[in-house]
Amino acid sequence: MIADFDAHPLLLSLQVATIATLLALVAGMALGWVFARHHFFGSSVLEAVCMLPLVLPPTVLGYGILMAMGRRSALGAWLREHFDYTIVFNWHGAVVASALVALPLVLKSASAAFGNVDRTLEAAARTLRQSRWSVFVRVTLPLAWPGILAGALLAFARAMGEFGASLMVAGSIPKHTQTLSMAIYDAVQAGQDDYALLLVTITSLLSIVILVASNRFFSLR
Amino acid sequence: MNRLSRLLGRSLLVGGLAMPLLACAQQLTVSAAASLTDAFKEIGPRFEAGKPGATVRFNFAASGVLIQQITQGAPVDVFASADQETMGRGVEQKLVDADTRRDFAANTLVLVVPAQEAPPVSKLADLGQPAVKRIAVGKHASVPVGRYTKQALESAGMWATLEPKLVYADSVRQVLDYVARGEAEAGFVYRTDAAVMADKVKVVQAVEGHAPVRYPVAVVSESRQKALARDFVAFLSGTEGQAILARFGFAKP
Repeated sequence: MIADFDAHPLLLSLQVATIATLLALVAGMALGWVFARHHFFGSSVLEAVCMLPLVLPPTVLGYGILMAMGRRSALGAWLREHFDYTIVFNWHGAVVASALVALPLVLKSASAAFGNVDRTLEAAARTLRQSRWSVFVRVTLPLAWPGILAGALLAFARAMGEFGASLMVAGSIPKHTQTLSMAIYDAVQAGQDDYALLLVTITSLLSIVILVASNRFFSLR
Repeated sequence: MNRLSRLLGRSLLVGGLAMPLLACAQQLTVSAAASLTDAFKEIGPRFEAGKPGATVRFNFAASGVLIQQITQGAPVDVFASADQETMGRGVEQKLVDADTRRDFAANTLVLVVPAQEAPPVSKLADLGQPAVKRIAVGKHASVPVGRYTKQALESAGMWATLEPKLVYADSVRQVLDYVARGEAEAGFVYRTDAAVMADKVKVVQAVEGHAPVRYPVAVVSESRQKALARDFVAFLSGTEGQAILARFGFAKP
């Protein structure tokens, strides 16, 4: 059974989750900062929209990505015509799906972390003639990073587990777009229960490691 | 709290009253191959009409998935497969009653392309062209149409060259969907599926070189409604059942 183990789905899952987490981290930190520090007309609605992937069924997300980026969509047709590129049946589709489901987790923890930073410390740094950017990098970020990192780890674990939307967009093509969660689904469908169990064990162990690490960072705050 | 307990009491009462009703109504669960979806949805009510008190519910998926569910103890009464191999597995593992097994329909494997912006595919051999980037097929481990497709492409000597272009779907209906959306330039489905989306997909040709597509049905061994299950199996081969199947394009077995 171990001899049959194909590492490709595991490696692809790690690759997809890593890129998706980085994308979610950049977007989530920017949005988290905005929502923590600025309240403007419609900001709570906008925040709710950004949190949607957390609660929506993955099928809705998959459908949305297909509608927005599939071949018959304006963007999909343009990409295909000019770059001969399509996100469908491509592992990039899994990255987009995973980044979307991971975003709320980064956003929420980044927003909380930025909100918890003592504003008087920032003000003190400003009196010492630090630029806004310098204050952000040298004061705010060092105070907020454990929370953000904890959120990013949760996001990574969530991205590793993405299944429904990725399946709809990227498909389950062995050696190309088949992630760990899809390989489990295929193994169960094909009645290869032993192999499914092996993959399930790997996924569970990996997730436990990530969650333990995430907890460490949350308690650092 | 008082209101809550009253509400709870009332719902328990309603539930208790409904229970015997549920127990005496005869419910038949039929697990059927995805390609049978449309025909069976029409057969269901017609069968119920002849059996007062009986309700039929359907569970449609790829045959390989369905037999897997039955292996794991899913409460199913009738199993209708799109191939002999999957049903054979059911008989071998004593999941279905072998003496109730019979073929009730036949189908044809066809090559389809999207109707809109159709790629330059007019025969099987055209699939090798670079314009054809993705070809949707069923997963051959669990989806019968995928197995028929693999056999056909292997006997045409094209499997190895086309394999890098293949996209694997969970059921024949997903293959159809991939082609209808234009995400795949071609796909292999049954003629009856292509007819369901005649406005979105175009049939290029019938494909040969595979085991004949014949649909077997059988009563599941663990069924608690064996009499009703046998009636359903008989209904499929009867005049009315066959007429409905024929209208959806299925051939006689």
